[in-house]
Order: sequence, then structure tokens, then C-alpha cells
Amino acid sequence: MEALVASAVGIMTAAGIYLILRLRTFPVVLGMAMLSYAVNIFLFATGRLAVNLPPILGHAGAETAGYTDPIPQALVLTAIVISFGMTAVVVMLSLGAFIEAGDDRIDLGPEEKK
Amino acid sequence: MSPALIAALPFLGALLPGILIRTGRSNTAFAAGLTSGLALLGLLLHLPAVMRGEVVQARFEWLPAIGLNANFMIDGLGMLFATLILGIGILIIIYARFYLTKADPAGQFYTYLLLFQGAMVGIVLSDNILLLLVFWELTSLSSFLLIGFWKHLPEGRQGARMALTVTGLGGLSMIAGMLILGNIAGSYDISVILTQKAAIQASPLYLPALILILGGAFTKSAQFPFHFWLPHAMAAPTPVSAYLHSATMVKAGLFLMARLWPVLSGTPEWFYIVATTGLITMLIGAKIALFKDDLKALLAFSTVSHLGLITFLLGLGTKTAAVAAVFHIINHATFKAALFMSAGIVDHETHTRDLKRLGGLRHLMPVTATIATIAALSMAGIPLFNGFLSKELMLEEAAHTVWAGAAWLVPLVAVIAALFSAAYSFRFIVHGFFGPVRDDYPHKPHDPNFGMWLSPAFLVVLVVLIGLMPMTFAGPVVQMAADAVVGGGLHMHPIKHWHGLTPALVMSMIATAGGIVLLLSFAPLKRMWEAAPRPEAKAIFDWIVARCACVASWITSGLHNGSMARYLMMFTLASIAVGVWAWSGGTQGPATREMLPITPVALVGWVMLITATGCVVAFHHNRFLALVLISIVGLIVSICFIYLSAPDLALTQISVEIVTAVLMLLALNFLPKTTKIESSRLKQGFDAVLSIAGGLGIGALIYALMVRDFAFETMSNYHLANSYKLGGGDNVVNVILVDFRGYDTYGEVTVLGIAALVIFALTEALLNGTASKKLIAWRPDMLRGGDKHPLMLLVATRVLLPIALLVGVFIFLRGHNLPGGGFIAGLVVAIALVMQYMASGFAWTQARQKVYYHVLIACGVLAAGITGAGAWFNGMPFLTSDFGYFKLPGLEKFELATAAGFDLGVFLGVVGSVLLALGGLSRLARRAAVLDEERGAHIVAEKPEAREVAAVSSVAYPEGTPLPRRWLKARGEEQ
Repeated sequence: MEALVASAVGIMTAAGIYLILRLRTFPVVLGMAMLSYAVNIFLFATGRLAVNLPPILGHAGAETAGYTDPIPQALVLTAIVISFGMTAVVVMLSLGAFIEAGDDRIDLGPEEKK
Repeated sequence: MSPALIAALPFLGALLPGILIRTGRSNTAFAAGLTSGLALLGLLLHLPAVMRGEVVQARFEWLPAIGLNANFMIDGLGMLFATLILGIGILIIIYARFYLTKADPAGQFYTYLLLFQGAMVGIVLSDNILLLLVFWELTSLSSFLLIGFWKHLPEGRQGARMALTVTGLGGLSMIAGMLILGNIAGSYDISVILTQKAAIQASPLYLPALILILGGAFTKSAQFPFHFWLPHAMAAPTPVSAYLHSATMVKAGLFLMARLWPVLSGTPEWFYIVATTGLITMLIGAKIALFKDDLKALLAFSTVSHLGLITFLLGLGTKTAAVAAVFHIINHATFKAALFMSAGIVDHETHTRDLKRLGGLRHLMPVTATIATIAALSMAGIPLFNGFLSKELMLEEAAHTVWAGAAWLVPLVAVIAALFSAAYSFRFIVHGFFGPVRDDYPHKPHDPNFGMWLSPAFLVVLVVLIGLMPMTFAGPVVQMAADAVVGGGLHMHPIKHWHGLTPALVMSMIATAGGIVLLLSFAPLKRMWEAAPRPEAKAIFDWIVARCACVASWITSGLHNGSMARYLMMFTLASIAVGVWAWSGGTQGPATREMLPITPVALVGWVMLITATGCVVAFHHNRFLALVLISIVGLIVSICFIYLSAPDLALTQISVEIVTAVLMLLALNFLPKTTKIESSRLKQGFDAVLSIAGGLGIGALIYALMVRDFAFETMSNYHLANSYKLGGGDNVVNVILVDFRGYDTYGEVTVLGIAALVIFALTEALLNGTASKKLIAWRPDMLRGGDKHPLMLLVATRVLLPIALLVGVFIFLRGHNLPGGGFIAGLVVAIALVMQYMASGFAWTQARQKVYYHVLIACGVLAAGITGAGAWFNGMPFLTSDFGYFKLPGLEKFELATAAGFDLGVFLGVVGSVLLALGGLSRLARRAAVLDEERGAHIVAEKPEAREVAAVSSVAYPEGTPLPRRWLKARGEEQ
């Protein structure tokens, strides 16, 4: 199971890096979304993997054998929401740039650099 | 009043002008004056105690670990300086009220002035050199604002920059020196350092520390060769010049030398560096001042010269010289502030400060002429005025000073400097106010109103009183301050007018007579001056700055060439390199953890995830397809979370997935639908290698982590054990979010709200800027759906809305004990509302929702904040939660926790942020995609200047453009 998660994180990271190195805004946004997935699972996995051990205490009745690490989960939960905010801002910026400038390149053209 | 409060009062008062300026300039000036007055009153209440030799202290620990504490003290020296700063501050505030015109932003002026005043008072009352450094830098910054107050004048901006550069660099040097000093003394408290004279002067680091500290003092007090910034700072409004260059900023360097006099002075190094610099500055300043035609430039160089005089006296290192220095500080502050204000009055009334265009003003402006003449005579060192007394003391000291074996050198230079000083003072009077009345002033002058000459008149009265009865009006204060300078035990000789025919008196007479001779032969001298070459400090300064800027921009443009792909590539490359370096440097322990078995379900999920990821990369040119594929990835990630015991994460991920998809679709509406292949094969290959390396690294890292147990006991155990006991909740993740780590969450909700507001601001900018025309002229590049608001969807979403909202409430309420909570509930409710927008249209929905999303965000942050602050009333720190169990008739026992209030804030913040963000994009789409007829009405309603654009855009589209059927129908083109 660990190997599956690790390989998935690696492959999503590789895809994310490849996409953010493209020259147009949309692939870069996709790449950042991809990297967000990879990073979130990475952080989550630092708490080690566990099946059927959610960090819900058993006062309601159901007894379990133990609990998985809740801290990475709390961190990732806010990270997911914040990454939505970040994606929204980036999308808005790229949209504004596209409407103002007429193209969606991420690099400045040679005449804009000076 | 506590010394700390005295230093804080001007800073607090700096808030008032911004509020009061709407009620008029007089109220603002009154409030500023009242603040300074209160601080002065608080200070003077300590005067009797300080006069008795006591030191008033206030100590607060700030960062005790590094020795930075907010320790304040009032001793004799601090008392003198603080009185000068606050007292002259009040006079300047009154003067500025009448000097500034209606066009000047007076509110800003008083705010800057009070900030500066607070920083200066902070310097002179600090009992900790690190705290003193903080205030020292604050004076540099606030004086920058004051000198550059007239932002529209290039001279003002350049002068402010130059002053900041020079004094700021000096401040840096001083920080280094102070740290060395504190290190030698073993404490950063000034009162402790002052007791460590022997240790400091014996240290091998004494000379470096001395030079570095003097670097700060000399730049601030405009000593040669750093004197050039001061005349350029004269571009400031005259009240600023009068304040900064008579009593305050330039005296800060002198203050520092006086403050550290007990431990630094008395060595040959101190004498040769400080006294020599002072002497040279005194001479050069006086010489240049004589030939300046601008009244304020003349006064500026004269200030440089007088600062040199005081520095010289401090540099001598004897107690009598220290007394003379303190006395001259008082005298210079009184006559120089009066002179600056008189120059300001002349400028205000005649609209020129050029001595060549002035003259004869004593007939037209008798009051101003009297004030200026008395003050200038004092500056020249004429008997019966206070300047005479301190200049006499200086000459007396100079007469006995032997410089490197030459007994004649110092007296000679001092006499020449005094001679020039007398000459420019006479020139100020004669060329400015005497002679015949002219008829070519730029503006017909007359005396200003009472408010403007009140302040200089007050100072001139002091000049005369101290001059006539020095021991009555200045003696005790000089004794008090000089005693503090020399470190106690001072027995001051009385200051007298007549000591007999001493060398000093002879020198004084030579200087006065020589000054008159110089003035009489001024015209030929001036021609010689004009003909002689001399270095122009500003040109040199500008050249150095330009070279530095050139090097900086060369480096910047080399690194920052505008290619974001390159930055990202560099970043990735550097990260991989650092990872490889770290990996190769360490050792790995054995794998200790048992692996989980691979189940078929997991394998299927993995295959789907990998396939979708690969397809995103392979088909990313088709943007719509890529969007669908990446949503699959997100979906599998959510399932992965639920499989691996993280139900909260799964719920969050899937709801975020939905809003993200809507967001991307809204954006894709405008963006091109395909990405062109622009990278060469080589670049693609290189990027592929880079990304595979990065992916391998991250994958290996997390695998290595997962096959090992925790190296230390995790703090999760604490959270698991105490979640119910302390937080009252069973869902540990939720309790961590709203309770244990509530501060983080509070910050995150705020950030999310800010992100949404940024999007709103961007939308506004696009809708109101030039992009608006482009949006109106924009036409869709894809075929539109025939029915904008399909009936089935419309009905279904409206029926679903109450249910969806109920689900949201349910998830919110159960969140403390079961998967759910504010974040997830917020996302669910946001999705329910977004569905209304999608099905019924933006306008229909917007018209029916009564609360602005900005308000929702604000309510969210406020609710979370208020819940957190509620803990204070319980005597607990911010965000401490409380809970209890309650029983209501007819219901089972239930729990109420303050954390629920916090979670409500999170909920509101999330709902507001998501909808504000998506709403922004929808508004863009709406501006672009209305029917021609609607568009016309829309434009008329929104922006008048857009009408002409509308006329252009309603021209028919080119033949063959695929247009929506409804558009065609509306145009009557459909057959």
C-alpha cells in the first residue's frame, strides 16, 4: 500500500512539475493543482497510513483498535481549502492578463522586458 | 508620568491628525500641540527630582534573551533634550499652522511631525542602546517623510533620499558599533555601560567601536565629510527645517556623543577624531555659509558650522568644555530655530529667499526684522546675547588646546571660523533687512499675523534673557545636563560676561572686527569664490548612487529577465539539487514499519489515478479534456482519503473539487480552448527529465518516511488523549482545527477571505478599466448551449436548495464529534448556492440574495475573533475554548462549546469567500455574454462612456461565426 501511495505522489509531482514548466497560463494552473494534490497526500502520509482507524473517539459506542495520526489531517484540511483560494487568485490573475494583454503567455515578450 | 508614556504620547497623538483634519487645520494643530504639551507637562513634573540628581526610570522586559528591553530613564541630559524637542515642537506646531497653505496636506504634516517627535524623545529617554537604535532608525524614516513632504518638488524628493541614505548608512554603522560596545560592557543598558569606562577603553575593540559609533553620530549631525546632506534637506517646508536642524535630528548625533561621553572620551583617539572633525566642520561650514545667497542655505551651512563647534567641544574631553557644549546646545537651539522661522516668514511674505533680491525689509516688516536681527546677532556672538557667552567659552577652551604639539593651530582655526561666522550673520542682517526698500520684490511684503511670529518671538525673548542673566535662566539647567554628561560630580564655574581681558575676549574682538571687514569687501570676495573650483557634493553623491543602481539593475535584469518558466525551472532545479545534497550527506536507519497489504480496490484506484495523471500530461493541449481528467485525479484523491481513515479530508476534498471545477470552467469560458505546442523537442525532453527527477525524489522521500516509525513520540498522542477531556469533542481533527490549533485556523480563514477580496478587486479593476471595452467586444469562440436555463435543472436545484442547506447545517452541527465541521459545511452550502447561480442565472440569483458576500466574510472573521476574545473575560488567553452540557425540557442532554462559535466563523468565512470568488468570474462573463439588445441596456445602466463601444460591438459578426440560436432569433435572422 505504501508503495502505491509513494509512487502516486511521485508521479503526480512529476506531472505537476512538467505542467508548470509550460509556457501558457492554463497548463501552469493545472500543474499547480496537480502539485497541490501531491503535496497534500505527502503531508497526509507523514502521519503514516492506516485503514479503518479514523481519529473519531469512541464515546458514541463503537470501539476501535486505535486511531490514525490526526495532526497531518488537520493541516491538510486547511491546506485543501487554502489551495482553492490560491487557485482562484491565480486563475483570476491569468484571466485578467489574458483579457488585458490578449494572450496567455506566462513569460514577458522581448519588447516588454525592458 | 512614566518616561515610557512620555515617549509613547507623540506616537499616540500621531493618530489624531488623520481623524481631525476633516474638522479643519486649527483643530488638528491644537490636538498635535496638546499631545506635545501633555508630554512636556509629564516631563517637567520630574524636573525637581532630576535637578536633585535623581534618575527617573521605567523598565519593561521586551526581548530579555537578546538584551533588548524597553528601559527608559530621565536624567539631566535626557531632560534637557526632551524639553528642547517637546518645547520647540509646540512652537513649530503653532508656526506651521500659519505657514502651511490650504493646498498642503496639513493632517499628514502633523502626523509625520509627531512621529518624528516621538522617535526623538525615544532616543533621548532610552536606557537601552538597542532600544535607542530602534528610535534612531525611526528618526531617519520619519525625517525622510518630513523632508520629502512637498512630494511634487524634485528637490524635496532628492533631498529626502539623500538624507535617508546618509543617515541610514550611518545608522547601520552605529548598530555595529553599539553591539560591540554592549558586548564589551556585558549589558545593553546605558546606565550599566556608563559604569564600565575602564573595561571599554582597555578593550582592543575600543577603536573599532568608537569609529563605528561616531559614523552614526557624524552622519546624523552632518559632520565633515558627511555634511552635504543637510543643505539639500532644506527643500523641506521651513517648519521642518526649523525643527529638524535647530533642536532635534541633527542634535541626535551630539546627544549620542554626550550620552557616551563618560566612557568614550578622554582618550587620544577620541580627541583627535572628534575634536578635529568638529574643528574642520566648524571652519568649512562657516566659510560656505558666507557665500550662500539662499537664506535657508546660509542657515543650513551655519548649522553645520555650529554643530562642528559643539562636536569640537565634546571632543576636547574636559569638563569645562562639556559645560560649554551643553550651553551652546541650548543657545543654538533658541537662536537657530528663531532664524529659520524668520527666514520662513520672509519667504512666505516676499516669495523669495534670495539675498540678492532682498534688502530693506526692516521698513516693511519691522517685527520680523527685529526678531531676525536679535537672533542673528546672537549667532554672530555679539555681547548681551546668549550666543556670545557660549562662543566665549568655546574660544577660551580653544585657546588652551594643543593639537599634536602645535599650540597655535586650534586657536587660529577657531578664530577664523568665528570670523566667518560673524561675517555671515552680519550678511544675513544687512543684505536681508537693511539698505533701501526695493520695488522689485516678487511679492509686496508686510509683517505676518501674530500666530506666525509668536514662536520666533518667544525664542528671541529667551535669547535675550539668557544673554543678560545666564545664571538665572540657563545656569541650573546647564549644571543639571552637564553633570549628566560628565557622569556626576561637576562643579560648574558661573557663566559670566566679564572675565577680564582674556585671550578669548581678544579672539572674539578679532572675529567680530574681521567679520565686519569681510562683509564690507563681500563683492570682490564673492567673485573670487565663484571663480574658484570646488567639489559639488551632490554630483558626487548622484554619481555614486547611479553606479550602484547600475550594478543593481545589471544583477536584477540578469536574474529576473521576465521569463517565469525560467524561474520555475531554476526553482525546481535548485530544490532537486538541495535534496540530492541532503540525501547524500545523511544515513538512513532500517525500515521498521510493517507494510499495509495491497487490496484490489486500492490497486484499481491507483491504476485510475496514474492513468488520469498520465492523460492530463499527454492531452493538456486540449484544455477542456485536461480539466475533466484532472477532476478524475481529484476524485480518486478523495477516495484515497476515505480509504486511509481520513473522512474529514475526503469530504473537504470532494467539495473543493466541485467548486474548483466550476471555477475553472468559468475561466475557460474566456481562455483559449487549446494550448499551442511552443516548446522545442529539446526543452520538452529537458523538462521531462527534470520532472521525473523531482517526482522520483518526492516519491522516494515519502516512501522512506512511510516505511519507518516516528523518530519521536508524536504530539498527536496528546491531542487524542485530551480532545474529549479539554476540547469536548470526539472528532479529533475538528477539535484540533477549532481548539488546539485555533490560531492557525483563524489565520487561514482570514487568508481565504483576503484571497476572495483580491479576486473581487481584480474583477472590479477589469470591469472598470480598459479591459471592460474588450469584454464588451468579446465574443464567444464556442457554440453556446441552446437553452441557458434548462427547466429540469432549474426546478431540481430549487427543490434541492432547502435540502442542501439542511445537510450543510447537519454537517456543521455534528462536526465536533463526527466528520464535518465549519469548513466542510461552508463548502456544501456554497455548492448549494452555486448551483442556483448555474441553473437560474447570475442576475436572478443575485437579485434574491440579500447579504453581500464581503459582509459574510467580515462576519466570519469577526465571529471567530469575538469567540476567541471571549476567553479574555474568563481570564484565559485568546482562543481558549470552554464547553459544557446542558439540559432543556423535552430534549436530551446536549453539549454547547464556544468552539462552535469559532466554527461558525469558519463556516461564514468559507461560504463568503467561495461565492465572492466565483461571483467575480461570473460578473466578467455576464459583462461579456449578454445579448446585443440586453447589452445596450446594460451599458446604458452601467457606464456612460461605454456607449460608443457598444455601438461598435453591435455590428454584425463576420459571416460563418457560429452564433447561438437564441441570438439569431433575437436578431430575427433565424429562418
